[in-house]
Amino acid sequence: MTESRKTSGLTPSQTVGPYFAYALTPSRYGRSEFATGDLRVPDLSGEPVVVEGRVLDADGAPIPDAMLEFWQPDAEGRFASPLDPRGRSNSAFKGFGRVETVEAGKFTLSTIKPGRVPGPNGALQAPHITLGVFARGMLNRLHTRIYFPDEPANAEDPILALVPEDRRHTLIARAIPGEAGRYRFDVHVQGADETVFFDA
Amino acid sequence: MTLILPRDGLSAHPPSLHPDYKSTVKRSPSRGLVIIPQTLSEITGPVYGHETVDAADSDLTRQHAGVPLGERIIIEGRVLDEDGRPVPNTLIEVWQANAAGRYVHVGDTHDAPLDPNFTGAGRFVTDAEGRYRFTSVKPGAYPWGNHPNAWRPAHIHFSLFGPSFLSRVVTQMYFPGDPLFPFDPIFNSVPDENARNRLIADFDLGITEPNWALGYRFDIVLRGRNQTPVEEPHDD
Repeated sequence: MTESRKTSGLTPSQTVGPYFAYALTPSRYGRSEFATGDLRVPDLSGEPVVVEGRVLDADGAPIPDAMLEFWQPDAEGRFASPLDPRGRSNSAFKGFGRVETVEAGKFTLSTIKPGRVPGPNGALQAPHITLGVFARGMLNRLHTRIYFPDEPANAEDPILALVPEDRRHTLIARAIPGEAGRYRFDVHVQGADETVFFDA
Repeated sequence: MTLILPRDGLSAHPPSLHPDYKSTVKRSPSRGLVIIPQTLSEITGPVYGHETVDAADSDLTRQHAGVPLGERIIIEGRVLDEDGRPVPNTLIEVWQANAAGRYVHVGDTHDAPLDPNFTGAGRFVTDAEGRYRFTSVKPGAYPWGNHPNAWRPAHIHFSLFGPSFLSRVVTQMYFPGDPLFPFDPIFNSVPDENARNRLIADFDLGITEPNWALGYRFDIVLRGRNQTPVEEPHDD
């Protein structure tokens, strides 16, 4: 098998485009999905949480054709990945979710509150869910995080500390009054209340 | 093995704002990205392997009762990291228009026929040497509303995971010699010519099967290097 000459350098990103759903989030097309917006598995320990929100463009208009991907550890802060040196949890919990936004740019994630994960210098990070956003008009995935309100650890989180104080609120979900365990998190791709996106 | 993710290759990617591709104007961040250190949240990622796919998922010409119309093609390649080491057992998802340039997606209103024998979605896993291979039909070009008389060059969408959240990429594979390249703002959003050309598959007579299908090679390089540490890593 001959090697291509084109293997020095990363393969560039391109947009997911408008027509990914029948391949990547295909339940509407009768195909099986290996990841959905419901991350819960039987016998999962942890505090159930639901995060719902919308993805909005520069004008505040809903983006009805985005794909969101979620990545998080279990309630003990362990990732279902061989690259987590602390070993895998016994749970069947994958910690990966994927949804498309459809009507009004809305999405819902049903999961458990993630545990704390070590950050730089071993200091624990506050509980967070890593979020990737793809859509037509996005040439690269946007990378951000969902943090939780009323979480004392937010004050000592090394990543939130890198974010200008007046923008930190864009990374912290809001509790929905009267509905325990339900949170609201909108992704503002651009604009006055633009969500903080990361480069790692 | 330790995964490290250098930043020096990232200039291969397009800018998020590329005004020639009009949808980027309102769908790209206007504030600078916040650079963060790579923590476990970024350097780990989900693992999806052979349990996720079946044989029909890698032959897009055999997913229906009949065979699809169009020029049968075989795409083969390797998934590598930035050191040229194979990325084994990683999930690849692909999707594409049919030979007439029409997607199955409910939102595609292009006046071209659907093919009852073609969906255009596939998924497969790389082998121990990072190799993948699938069979399909060559997708057609199709018009879009970006500017007057705008047409996308024929392409196949690729979605790859690799080992970490940061190695994940969604891209598009193009076919060599497409006359639409100079006019396509998505292809041309990649500023570096060499990087742009890495999105174009090579025709390969060795992959081509006599009396059956044309063959193309498309190798993919994901972010990251697998290194065996020579000493215990230190936090700094």
